[in-house]
Amino acid sequence: MEDTANEVPLVEMRGICKSFPGVRASDEVDLRLERGEVLALLGENGAGKSTLMNILSGLYRQDSGDVFIRGEKVDIRSPRDAADLGIGMVHQNFMLIDTMTVAENVVLGMPSLPFVPDMAVVKRSILELGERYNMTVDPDAYIWQLSVGEQQRVEILKQLYRNAEILVLDEPTAVLTPQESHELNDVVKRMQAEGKSAVFITHKMDEVMAFADRVMVLRKGRVVAEKTTRDTDPKDLARVMVGREVLFHIEKGPFEPGAVVLELKDVCADDERGLPALRELSLSLRAGEILGIAGVAGNGQRELSEVITGLRPVKSGGISINCVDSTNKTPLQIIRSGVSHIPSDRMAVGAVGDMSVANNLAMKDYRAAPISKGIMLLPRRILEFARKMISAFNIATPSPETRVKFLSGGNIQKTILAREIESCGSLLIAVYPSRGLDIGATESVRNELVAQRDAGKAVLLVSEDIDEILSVADTVAVMYDGRAVGVMPTAGADPEEIGLLMAGIDPSEKETRL
Amino acid sequence: MTLAFEKRKTVSRTAIVVVPVVSFVASLVLTGALLMIFGANPLATYAAMFKGAFGSGRALTETLVKAIPLSLTGLGVALAFRLKFWNIGAEGQLTLAGVAATGVALFWSPWLPAPLLLPVMVLVGCAAGAAWAGVPALLKTRLNVDETLVTLMLNYVAILFSEFLYYGPWRDPKGFGFPGTRMFPKEAWFPRIAGRAHVGLYLALVAAAVLWFVLNRTRWGFELKVIGNSPKAARYQGISVERNILLAVLLSGAICGLAGVGEVAGISRRLQQGLSLGYGFTAIIVAWMAQLNPLAIPFVAVLMGGLLVGGDQVQMVMGLPSSIGLLMQGMILFPMLAGSLFTEYRIKRVGGQAVRESETGAV
Amino acid sequence: MGLITSLIAITLRAGTSLVYATIGETYAERAGILNLGLEGIMLMGAVSSFATAYYTGSLGLAIVVALGVGGLMALIHAFLSITMKANQVVSGLSITLFGTGFASFLGQRLGPESNGRYLIGLTGPRFAPIDVGALGKVPILGAILGQDLFTYGIYLLIPLAWFYLYRTKNGLWLRAIGENPRTADAMGVAVDRAKYGYTVFGGMLTALGGAHLALAYTPGWSENITGGRGWIVIALVIFSMWNPGRAITGALIFGGINAVQFRLQASGTNVPAAFLNMLPYLATIVVLVAITWWEALSKRVGSPASLGQPYVREDK
Repeated sequence: MEDTANEVPLVEMRGICKSFPGVRASDEVDLRLERGEVLALLGENGAGKSTLMNILSGLYRQDSGDVFIRGEKVDIRSPRDAADLGIGMVHQNFMLIDTMTVAENVVLGMPSLPFVPDMAVVKRSILELGERYNMTVDPDAYIWQLSVGEQQRVEILKQLYRNAEILVLDEPTAVLTPQESHELNDVVKRMQAEGKSAVFITHKMDEVMAFADRVMVLRKGRVVAEKTTRDTDPKDLARVMVGREVLFHIEKGPFEPGAVVLELKDVCADDERGLPALRELSLSLRAGEILGIAGVAGNGQRELSEVITGLRPVKSGGISINCVDSTNKTPLQIIRSGVSHIPSDRMAVGAVGDMSVANNLAMKDYRAAPISKGIMLLPRRILEFARKMISAFNIATPSPETRVKFLSGGNIQKTILAREIESCGSLLIAVYPSRGLDIGATESVRNELVAQRDAGKAVLLVSEDIDEILSVADTVAVMYDGRAVGVMPTAGADPEEIGLLMAGIDPSEKETRL
Repeated sequence: MTLAFEKRKTVSRTAIVVVPVVSFVASLVLTGALLMIFGANPLATYAAMFKGAFGSGRALTETLVKAIPLSLTGLGVALAFRLKFWNIGAEGQLTLAGVAATGVALFWSPWLPAPLLLPVMVLVGCAAGAAWAGVPALLKTRLNVDETLVTLMLNYVAILFSEFLYYGPWRDPKGFGFPGTRMFPKEAWFPRIAGRAHVGLYLALVAAAVLWFVLNRTRWGFELKVIGNSPKAARYQGISVERNILLAVLLSGAICGLAGVGEVAGISRRLQQGLSLGYGFTAIIVAWMAQLNPLAIPFVAVLMGGLLVGGDQVQMVMGLPSSIGLLMQGMILFPMLAGSLFTEYRIKRVGGQAVRESETGAV
Repeated sequence: MGLITSLIAITLRAGTSLVYATIGETYAERAGILNLGLEGIMLMGAVSSFATAYYTGSLGLAIVVALGVGGLMALIHAFLSITMKANQVVSGLSITLFGTGFASFLGQRLGPESNGRYLIGLTGPRFAPIDVGALGKVPILGAILGQDLFTYGIYLLIPLAWFYLYRTKNGLWLRAIGENPRTADAMGVAVDRAKYGYTVFGGMLTALGGAHLALAYTPGWSENITGGRGWIVIALVIFSMWNPGRAITGALIFGGINAVQFRLQASGTNVPAAFLNMLPYLATIVVLVAITWWEALSKRVGSPASLGQPYVREDK
């Protein structure tokens, strides 16, 4: 890369600023990307990494600042402009259309496509590209038929098909198994060998080390450090990213499990499409225990939380809560039996965005005194109750009457947490409770879960973050393809082994093969 | 520099009041422009309309006569709309309730004690309205069938059914071939307050107040609010979405039905052509202009009633088509819909200078 | 002419206006815009085309005017629901309310002094069935060919509309917009422009359907000329699963019901006319229930995923 040093950089962004209501997402950011280089953008959630890349790919417009590509000042007004400049972005939420085929998705939006395209030609080139980069996908398959890893391949193929020179990957490994991540790294390396460049958004230090040549660390919309990966290490990066030493230290009392609170026996259930999502799943959870459910998203975790809470019918098998059969009871009956639930979809399920913080906090307790009296609801009591909860759980909101959708993700989650913990009897189900939260909010959510366990409640924690499970939970179970495949105590559990289980590989078999 | 929309943090309270008023004025201006194209003087037309609607005691009571069914159907529609159940079948619910009340008045009067006749008419009428709304509600909650179309199609069915009755088996044999049933017995008449305005007016006001109370001060109202905003969240909170939508829509149909009872028992005193004058559709305008707030609905209903009565007057006085009232009504929602953008969003300049903002709410 | 042949002839004639509007609305809904204003647009198309034909004697000009009026009406809906992000259900309803009121106003105002300024009851130029000579005597084929130009139009429109949606680049873009506007936008499709375009196009075709009523099917103007066809079309779009190739089936069913209803009425049946007149509306409900049921059983979702939802790019 020595000979490129005195050339103009491939991409240069200068003084980029961008604000959203209440957030300064990007604050005077400068960025350089050389030809054939892989740059990592590291930062916590909300540090402004995605905003910056959305500006580069034409999805957002900067409030001020300039972008130069190959030394020329450019005005990227739309994703099409970006594509013309050779910039292609692989978004965190895939930009794919489920009901269309791979081939249709690959050519979508290409201005150079003829008015009546010959799809046979398109399919052939997709197969060729797939061979070249060692990632084959059936061009006739519909997106909804593909696994998450395959969908990501389609996203990358889409950019390669358009001859993207600059590939932007937004948290590409968040949805992948460790093994799929290795494959992705191979693809990126192949591209790099062909002289293409990539920007890699992530918040995982070890990925920076594995993928990137250079790393830029962002915090609250500003660049706080820029280093070559050779001259740094994960610990150093973590410190710069958070702005202090990260010590994920969770105060936990001794593990003293009590009686069995939740018991699932051979539970089977279907997903929305009528395909089996849970296959004879059995689990048990005791009072004073946190059971962590690890696994790649989409292996039945959401369905598991839904069958327990009565939101999804059980086809066969049985569930009992506190030794009382609760199979296929209504959600209300299960709530009344002392179950609380922090759902995975915060905005669509957990909270009602267009209602006030106060109303959201009262959404479980409105059924009884003091908030209601007979059939009557007492608005003043709702406000009193809300004020109490807002201060007890440190929810940052301008007022109890602010609509919830205007709070930050962390405060929305705290609102849900406050309500669910307040109404919790004996079992708390938390599904991806720290997903998308910054480190501060993550810490307080985790501590709150542990506090519930220490108070003698049973906690079911679904997470895709192995570190979170190992530091918070007492027991871990891995979900793969609708089954719980390995149940073990977290003390002394091997993250590598859990990773293999998540990918559907039985570690003991692997050992015998070796 | 370009303009962009940005979502507001809180709904603008001034906009809530200003937008409907501005919308009304804007519709006057737009209709005025059309009137000028068609060679009529808009100011003179509006003056005649206003005089025709509010200019005399008789005009005022006629406006109230229209405002009663508009209020009731407006309330019914607003309740359903709050749940995002697009009930555009108020017309049919009103009609069928009128038919049912007529049946009671004509055929049960001989053996029902006189003081019970009116209450039974009201009950049976409301039940008929509820049942007619219950069909699409059941189809929606059980099978997820689109309610917009079903409610609408049932309008035609109800109207044709009522025509069948007053042209056919229920036609007054002494009516000289006039399509309509015979006159109700006196005990089946709604008492009148002034002119043709009847006690339905009180019923409408009470219904508005009760509905407001139910929606804002009861547990059920709270549940409906959650369902209306997010059915998924409601289900997760243990609220039975299907059952509550069904109940609310039945209530919606019953309120619309009350309007139909008022029309037959208070105005025509028989079932005849002209029971359905499109109130069920105007109700949509009433509900939306009142921003689904039950307390605002009677006021908007008076305004819309005035447009209809004024339109009729304009036809008599100035020879302009009476449908000018309908035209203006149709026009009102356009600025209203455009204006709602300003209650939800505000305009922000992008490019050029950076817009600096750092407000609370973000951590 | 045999019974089947004459039934086909009547059905095609009755179904023509439905096909135009169904294809128009299919395109708008594919772009994510639900337009409940069809009934109003159809009425406006009917009244404006009839008045033009009556005064100018030019059927071509009448069609141009209908297209323009339909496009303008749909443009209001497009502006409200795309730019102003209004509720599409309410915006569509208000288009219908406005269209109904305005069409009625025009029908009472545009007529000649001699007719009390009413358009009702007048006769003007009309599209007559084309005389295909001896071919018209051939069973079935004769029914298909012995139609007016409007019906010939659908023979062309249906395959073209299907081809455009499923075989061309723009059709691919259009399908993508309705399914997922954010993705289409990110991939460089001009989402808002397309939504405007297809909504206006849908309005134009719908008005053409209205023009067919006033210029060919039931020549003349009356306030209830559409008889709820604009609403039935909304159901037909669902019935055809948003596929313009299938628009013909639904239209034929309803055209057929209409035809049977007239036949029965003409033959003096015992069934009261009111009940016969209910048939199309009841059939719409039955069809809607059946298709929804079938969709639920087969776990298929035909409707464009973003139908009815406003799209805001920087909605954070």
